[in-house]
Amino acid sequence: MSDIASLPTGSRQRQGSNIGQPMTRRDGILKVTGSATYAADNNPEGLMHAVLATATIARGKVTRLDVEAARAHPGVVEVMTPENRPPLATDPDEKTNPFAFRLDALQNDGVRYAGQPIAVVVAKTLEAAVEGAALLRPSYETEAARVDLEGESFVAEIVGPGAPGRAASGDFDAAFASAAKHIEATYDTPPQYHNAMEPHSIVVRWEGDSLSIDMPTQGLAMAVGRTAELFGISPEKIHIRSPFLGGGFGSKGLAAGPQVLGILAAKLVGAPVKLVLTRQQMYGPVGHRGQTRQTVKLGMGEDGRLAAIEHHTLTSTSRFDDFLEPASNVTHSLYAAPAIRTTHAGSRIDIGTPMFMRAPGEAPGSAALESAIDEAAFAAGMDPLDFRLLNYAEVEPISGKPFSSKALRECYERGAARFGWSKRPQAPRSMRDGEGRLLGWGVGTATFPAIMFQAEARAVIRADGSGLMEIGAHDMGQGAWTALHQIAADGLGLSMDEVEFRSGSSDLPNAGIAGGSGHTATAGTALHGAGEDVIARLTELAVNDEASPLYGAGNVGVVARNGRLVRQDDESRGEPYAAILKRAGLAEIEGRGQSAADPAAQERYAMDAHGAVFAEVAVDPNLGQIRVTRLVGAFAAGRVINPRMVESQYYGGMIWGLSFALHEEAVHDKRTGRIMNANLAEYRVPVNADVPSLEAILVHEDDPHVNALGVKGVGEIGITGTVGAIANAIWHATGVRVRRFPIGLADLLGGTPDVSDKGV
Amino acid sequence: MNLFEYVRPASVAEAIAAAGEPNSAYLGAGTNLLDLMKGGALTPARLVDLTHLPDLGSIETLPDGSTRIGALVKNAALAHDTDFAKRFPVVAEALLSGASAQLRNAATVGGNLMQRTRCPYFTDTASACNKRQPGSGCDAIGGENRSHAVLGWSENCIAVHPSDFCVALTALGAIVEIEGTTGRREVPITEFFLLPGDTPEKETVLEAGEMIVAVRLPAEAAKLAANQRYLKVRERTSYAFALASAAAALTIENGAITEARLALGGVAPKPWRASEAEAALVGKAPGKEAFAAAAEAAFAEAKPSGDNAYKIELGKRVVARVLAMAAAGTPERMPALPASAFAPLPEGVVNV
Repeated sequence: MSDIASLPTGSRQRQGSNIGQPMTRRDGILKVTGSATYAADNNPEGLMHAVLATATIARGKVTRLDVEAARAHPGVVEVMTPENRPPLATDPDEKTNPFAFRLDALQNDGVRYAGQPIAVVVAKTLEAAVEGAALLRPSYETEAARVDLEGESFVAEIVGPGAPGRAASGDFDAAFASAAKHIEATYDTPPQYHNAMEPHSIVVRWEGDSLSIDMPTQGLAMAVGRTAELFGISPEKIHIRSPFLGGGFGSKGLAAGPQVLGILAAKLVGAPVKLVLTRQQMYGPVGHRGQTRQTVKLGMGEDGRLAAIEHHTLTSTSRFDDFLEPASNVTHSLYAAPAIRTTHAGSRIDIGTPMFMRAPGEAPGSAALESAIDEAAFAAGMDPLDFRLLNYAEVEPISGKPFSSKALRECYERGAARFGWSKRPQAPRSMRDGEGRLLGWGVGTATFPAIMFQAEARAVIRADGSGLMEIGAHDMGQGAWTALHQIAADGLGLSMDEVEFRSGSSDLPNAGIAGGSGHTATAGTALHGAGEDVIARLTELAVNDEASPLYGAGNVGVVARNGRLVRQDDESRGEPYAAILKRAGLAEIEGRGQSAADPAAQERYAMDAHGAVFAEVAVDPNLGQIRVTRLVGAFAAGRVINPRMVESQYYGGMIWGLSFALHEEAVHDKRTGRIMNANLAEYRVPVNADVPSLEAILVHEDDPHVNALGVKGVGEIGITGTVGAIANAIWHATGVRVRRFPIGLADLLGGTPDVSDKGV
Repeated sequence: MNLFEYVRPASVAEAIAAAGEPNSAYLGAGTNLLDLMKGGALTPARLVDLTHLPDLGSIETLPDGSTRIGALVKNAALAHDTDFAKRFPVVAEALLSGASAQLRNAATVGGNLMQRTRCPYFTDTASACNKRQPGSGCDAIGGENRSHAVLGWSENCIAVHPSDFCVALTALGAIVEIEGTTGRREVPITEFFLLPGDTPEKETVLEAGEMIVAVRLPAEAAKLAANQRYLKVRERTSYAFALASAAAALTIENGAITEARLALGGVAPKPWRASEAEAALVGKAPGKEAFAAAAEAAFAEAKPSGDNAYKIELGKRVVARVLAMAAAGTPERMPALPASAFAPLPEGVVNV
């Protein structure tokens, strides 16, 4: 039994179907009152504090650490360096599987990016450990580092998590050459960092050769597996608790080097250890979104119909591992063209390995593609929305497969109507607000694949008729505790109050990974299956029991309703769960469920969520300062489990898109490779004043193919489309096409009248 | 964080004595100092906590008509003091355009003057910085310097002063009241801050142990209340330092400018009084031509210190705009987005 406490149910309860209801968060009160226990809130008896010392060079090796000075500092217990670091059973540089990314766990004195851990100081207090780490004053042998895309590149055959780096349909070269009109443009996107509000942390207790761990993770089972492999202990001896995450966005998908170092430090000192990254330390060893330079070529006929699309991405990866942002692949599914070619190239630079970051591939890929499509629409003399509708993909362009469902046309229609798009003048620089600021309107298409992983769930109906559902799922803050509980309750035919829902612990059934926007689909389908299974078992008891009003009802069918099994042909005939179990003399009855993508359906259909985002920006014509004054997004992503949570996910995604378009950029000093804005003051994300008006429209979509629940995913799609919509709106406002993100006022100053202009 | 001694004096005299020791620092709200200490950029051996001192927390009008603001008055309290905001609207607007509500509720007037540059090479202890470690060099030169100075910088330092409040104070000719072991003295704010020259580590005229006890706005500054504005251009609508800002105050009589005050922020190592521009405005009719000429005068000596030539052009446009806004009159109500390009604009200030 997990020791993660069950949560109280929210105040809004409903009998019957819980799916589809806007339940408030079960964890809301805990969070706003500060009583939700995040990993770093755990303080076991005898706890010591571990603090990382990190490299200030980007390439070379550590030649000296003043370990004596650190040790001599009052309160410091131990300094862990490559010299005394306890052994690992598996080399952290060994690729044991494609998801085993190489970690920096003090395996040698090498430095391969700025911010890499080079020692860990353990002390009785956090303050002593911090000062101990500062006292190490490392010396280095420094080699010249490179952190931009200007150097050598290689052809990338594999991108993202194992996707092909190139794909083609039709003959791009011929189709492009013979097209009547051409667009070719290159777009740059910068390195970006996840910046989850909760820093990566770990609290570790070794109990003999067993490990008790509190740490935020988006993948409990994978974290257990990786830890078991690295430490050479069996997975059963590892227990990880992760009830709440303060955001993950992909950076907590896999066990990170610093978390492994926390486990090693606890082993070294023989006491429980807490290790929490500082904000600055999150810029390096826990992943980021690699920078990209994307070239999009579009060939079209005089009528604006696309004949050829090529999308090439040059992106960065580290010197020591491969994760290449699969930005070109968004072009596989969005716009119809007889010839499509997508390619990728990589460049090895002195940075930490890039990693999954919210909408990996689609976010920067859509930024470039949606900008290029807008440029093409203008070249074709068409309204950008009409241009998108003209080139609407009825089937997946790269494969020719039909979509399992696609309500994009409805998204365009409803978003455009709500936004007032029909009033948009085609020419740029033709709208002003009442005070003279330039206004611009832009649109972008949003898309994200419907992904499923594998999961298991356990369902129990107890003697009193109440239920229990268990799954080792993850709530990154997006509301999974609530949405999955809704699915669990429906699976058992009970109200949420009657179902205890347990989650967030590695001793519960494997829920896969909370990533790829696939967690609700994956965990939800397993819960749904577990509910069906336990209800089937209970039905089996009832229909074979002469004392049951359901005796012999097997042929007509039995359904679960409000804690009772009833005949499908006559719901007045049935009996409570408790009565069935009592007669059978059972304390409880258990069922199991599994989920995985259906390979037959996947073979047959392209499965994607879609959306349309409309943006209005205001630009000060003299000062260049930009503000997004309105965002309207309409999205279709299959069945909606909880509209309140889904709306919130769309909001969050769209705000992230705004952030991508106008704000986020990690700025490296090119000479040293160090990131100079590794803090939340200078690595800009939007503040409330940057987001004055935001609307998300949930477009109904039934998908009979994706999974039993018909759920796609909503976590990432909001970013896509939004970036391009904003860039396009800026162009429409100013007539200046900026092809480098983030777009800032300095990009616009040249294109706006200066103070001496007497008017344009 | 290094081990340090914490002293809580009961009087200004005790504070001054305590801070006279080498490597001491005064602690106000600590909104900047503590961050720098946590990052290791500053490592004072002794913190002298001023926040419990009596008598430094009031805003008072003196018999000569000047206004005296105690060093411990909170930024938010000053900006929201109705009487003060009415007499010195540009100061209130500048204050409210800075930081966040939480920071303004904590940060003090004296601390605002004493805050340090946000140059990343100053805060990054692995970088060379002549301010942090005199003689070590300046890694901002040749580095990431988009937001650095275009006026008043030297080859030893190109960092900018981050304050908004001080820009407004500079425009209005504020006086800084200082107390030290040798008694009290007063320094005009234009002389309080020093240019980097060869000694960028020396940012103000304060000697060891000296503390700011108050900031005074002279009586004549209040006469400019009808036409004053602050404008701050930044890369986010709120919670960002200025790329370029300006405070302007005008007296307009019979269709001509009779007095002009102009100070610039975000473009120089100190709040920058643009005296030539002020002189160029006097006697002119308020209008685009005069404002454009003033903008040119304000940046006549400007030169890029790196990848920041755009700030010269931007700075000129900010000056022209803020003068037009000031000429249009102080708004009756503080805009919801103070000093923002997205606050309501008076008619005709946008060049179209």
